[in-house]
Amino acid sequence: MRIVRILSLAAALGAVALAPAIAEEEISYPKQKWSFDGPFGTFDRAAAQRGSQVFNAVCSNCHSLKQAYYRDLKGIGLENEAITAIAAGFNVPTVADDGSNAERPARPSDHFRSPFANEKAARSANGGALPPDLSVIVKARDGGADYIYALLTGYGEAPSSMKMGDGMNYNKAFTGNQIGMPRPLNDGQVEYADGTKATTEQMAKDVVTFLSYIANPEMEARKRLGVKLVLFLVLMTGVTYAVKRKVWADVDH
Amino acid sequence: MAGLHKSEFANPVVNWIDTRLPIFTMMQKEYGVFPTPKNFNYFWNFGALAMINLVIMIATGIFLAMNYTPHVSMAFDSVERIMRDVNYGWLLRYVHANGASMFFIVTYIHIFRGLYYGSYKAPRELLWMIGVVILLVMMATAFMGYVLPWGQMSYWGATVITNLFSAIPVVGESVVTWLWGGFSVDNPTLNRFFSLHFLLPFVLVGVVFLHVAALHITGSNNPLGIDVKSPQDTLPFHPYYTMKDSVGICVYLLVFAALVFFAPNLFMAAENYIPANPLVTPSEIVPEWYFLPFYAILRSVPSKLGGVLLMFGAIAVLFVLPWLDTSPVRSSKFRPIYRNFFWVLLVAVVVLGLVGAHRPEGVWVVLGRLATFYYFFHFLILLPVLGKLERPLPLPESISRPVMAGGGGPLPGGAAAKPMEKI
Amino acid sequence: MANSMPATEAGHHGGDVTKRDFLKLVAGAGAAVGVGAIAWPLIDSMNPSADVLALSSTTVDLAPIQAGQAITVVWRGKPVFVRRRTPDEIKTAQSVAQNTLADPALDSARVKPGKEEWLVVVGICTHLGCVPIGNKPTEARGDFGGWFCPCHGSQYDVSGRVRHGPAPGNLAVPPYAFDGDTKIKIG
Repeated sequence: MRIVRILSLAAALGAVALAPAIAEEEISYPKQKWSFDGPFGTFDRAAAQRGSQVFNAVCSNCHSLKQAYYRDLKGIGLENEAITAIAAGFNVPTVADDGSNAERPARPSDHFRSPFANEKAARSANGGALPPDLSVIVKARDGGADYIYALLTGYGEAPSSMKMGDGMNYNKAFTGNQIGMPRPLNDGQVEYADGTKATTEQMAKDVVTFLSYIANPEMEARKRLGVKLVLFLVLMTGVTYAVKRKVWADVDH
Repeated sequence: MAGLHKSEFANPVVNWIDTRLPIFTMMQKEYGVFPTPKNFNYFWNFGALAMINLVIMIATGIFLAMNYTPHVSMAFDSVERIMRDVNYGWLLRYVHANGASMFFIVTYIHIFRGLYYGSYKAPRELLWMIGVVILLVMMATAFMGYVLPWGQMSYWGATVITNLFSAIPVVGESVVTWLWGGFSVDNPTLNRFFSLHFLLPFVLVGVVFLHVAALHITGSNNPLGIDVKSPQDTLPFHPYYTMKDSVGICVYLLVFAALVFFAPNLFMAAENYIPANPLVTPSEIVPEWYFLPFYAILRSVPSKLGGVLLMFGAIAVLFVLPWLDTSPVRSSKFRPIYRNFFWVLLVAVVVLGLVGAHRPEGVWVVLGRLATFYYFFHFLILLPVLGKLERPLPLPESISRPVMAGGGGPLPGGAAAKPMEKI
Repeated sequence: MANSMPATEAGHHGGDVTKRDFLKLVAGAGAAVGVGAIAWPLIDSMNPSADVLALSSTTVDLAPIQAGQAITVVWRGKPVFVRRRTPDEIKTAQSVAQNTLADPALDSARVKPGKEEWLVVVGICTHLGCVPIGNKPTEARGDFGGWFCPCHGSQYDVSGRVRHGPAPGNLAVPPYAFDGDTKIKIG
């Protein structure tokens, strides 16, 4: 009886905890298998590196990655030289000696280059829509990685019954199914150095892996520490419980 | 009056200090040999857990504040910098953010334990009321802390909640402008929230001290709800309850760690990873889960002022609870009818939580109103009436008695059937 | 003087008490004033500061606005539409049956008397806070000639009242006053 009550209490609290998650489910996305799932998951280095290539070649033309630095690429296994070379491929604004605005090649210590100087420039270049910053996009959308993947692979022909807005694109994963962003990924759009075939799905998967890393650069360290700490706490719980039993052994209660 | 304390500690340093300031004697009295009912169950851990949680929040909060920038153009980025670049910054922030949820889980269990076992009844009324003050200060602190990362939910949550004060007749608008320091939630608001969010936890420490001080005057309640009659009913706090609390702390830390390390964003709205934008309202403004029941009460009343009054009333009613419950019996164990209504209340609060998480449409509106009605009915009508009508079960003679009698005790047969020569 | 002595004598004791009470009262009142004087600056420091107040109102010159058009001005960080309505639009706005409105409001309650030509509304859709389009006649204005919200298709009429779509309420009318015939001060 007592156990049942404790369980029902736990269930009740669990229900409260999960309520917001349930409340926001509108479109469901097929669950993908990610290398970073689960308590021992890590970022697939090769996929994340391919994803960074897709990001730099495609996404970065419209989307910023303001919170991240080129040096962060180290976390997906790139060497310093490679990072320097990637950064040098982008120009970032600076002020010249005479005080005028100028540009210089980016360094690893620079933030990822933002494609537009400010929000107004971004909006006017994109038909009034603002391409969101992607630094924490995986955390900033319900559904996370699965949602971003569904969005990137969700383009298609609009059903004939649907009236599309000017400059809008059909996407089955997007709320309202009309999205300002034109289809970003097409088969063979980039050429992968490791010979992986660059299908839309492959590129989507890679770039989502990369963006998941950028949104959670601490994830691997977090899980490693977490596993150790949980093991330690399990041990401590056992030891403490044994001591408690011993202390209470001579008490009738 | 004035005069040196006659210390009994053998250690000369301890003795020297204790003679001049008897803190060691006090600790020994209040936490060492303090007589504590021997029949606590694990629900009596949650007060200690809440205290530990407060310490964790203050510790992580102080170090977070060293890296946080309370300015609308930098707050979001400074939090991201903590997450990305500050050594163990992610740990500090995730512990602090999830610590808020843990704090409320622990505190709500602590409160419902008090409701079930009648811990608010004489002579512990003041102890209970101080507890309600703690809850209020906690809520204010949590609310202001949630605004600091300056995400979309921070901004709009702050807008919605501060706007509640505009429901006050006549001066409402001026009060809201004063709270904001402007004409919308903006930099002045963020700055003052940071200042108060830093201050209030220390106020909390003071109020918790009063809570514990009051507890040590009346002594703890216990699962049987009867008074301690003889020394046989009690155990010294140390080592019995220090050890029992330690077990609870370990389990609590396990749950906490699972959350922080493996699901750190479980309780966080995705929306709050989007920087605040005063021109775009999120599709749904949902407060943190621990405010959902109150939010549901707010929304279940069609009138704005009525909703605000009822929401604050939901807490105000707790203040007078010791006088609303007319039953002389504390523990629900001996209140066969009240016991069932306790569970109904719990279900009503959970339902309110679910209602708060959903758009106020269709069945949710009805459910919200029913649960709100029950909440107030329970405290304002049921408790006063039931106390007079209900026939409580016979109370045991003393805390140690039911064990010796071999029945009616909190533990099943095995323990009770043991030979009893020890006591 | 002579006969005032007994009175003084008699009143001496009582007078002393009164005097002491009075002094206590003065001291108490003084302390209260002092505390208030210290508290007020603290409380008032939380009210909008001078730099915030400087942005609290916006003056708009109406002269350049053509009939049938609207302009956007920023007030307290929010977009505000100022629209010059044509006589036809005014007539349409006034003749709408109240029971067809989702959020009933008379057109006359949304404009200043005698200035029906001018409609001033906060340009934030009451659904999800997008900024509706329709200030220029070339933009989509929806079926009711006012504004159209591109996000989820809410439509507003020439009085800024919601007529279709998910938005629950009318576009808000900010506090404003005419300053002569060709200027308004919002806020």
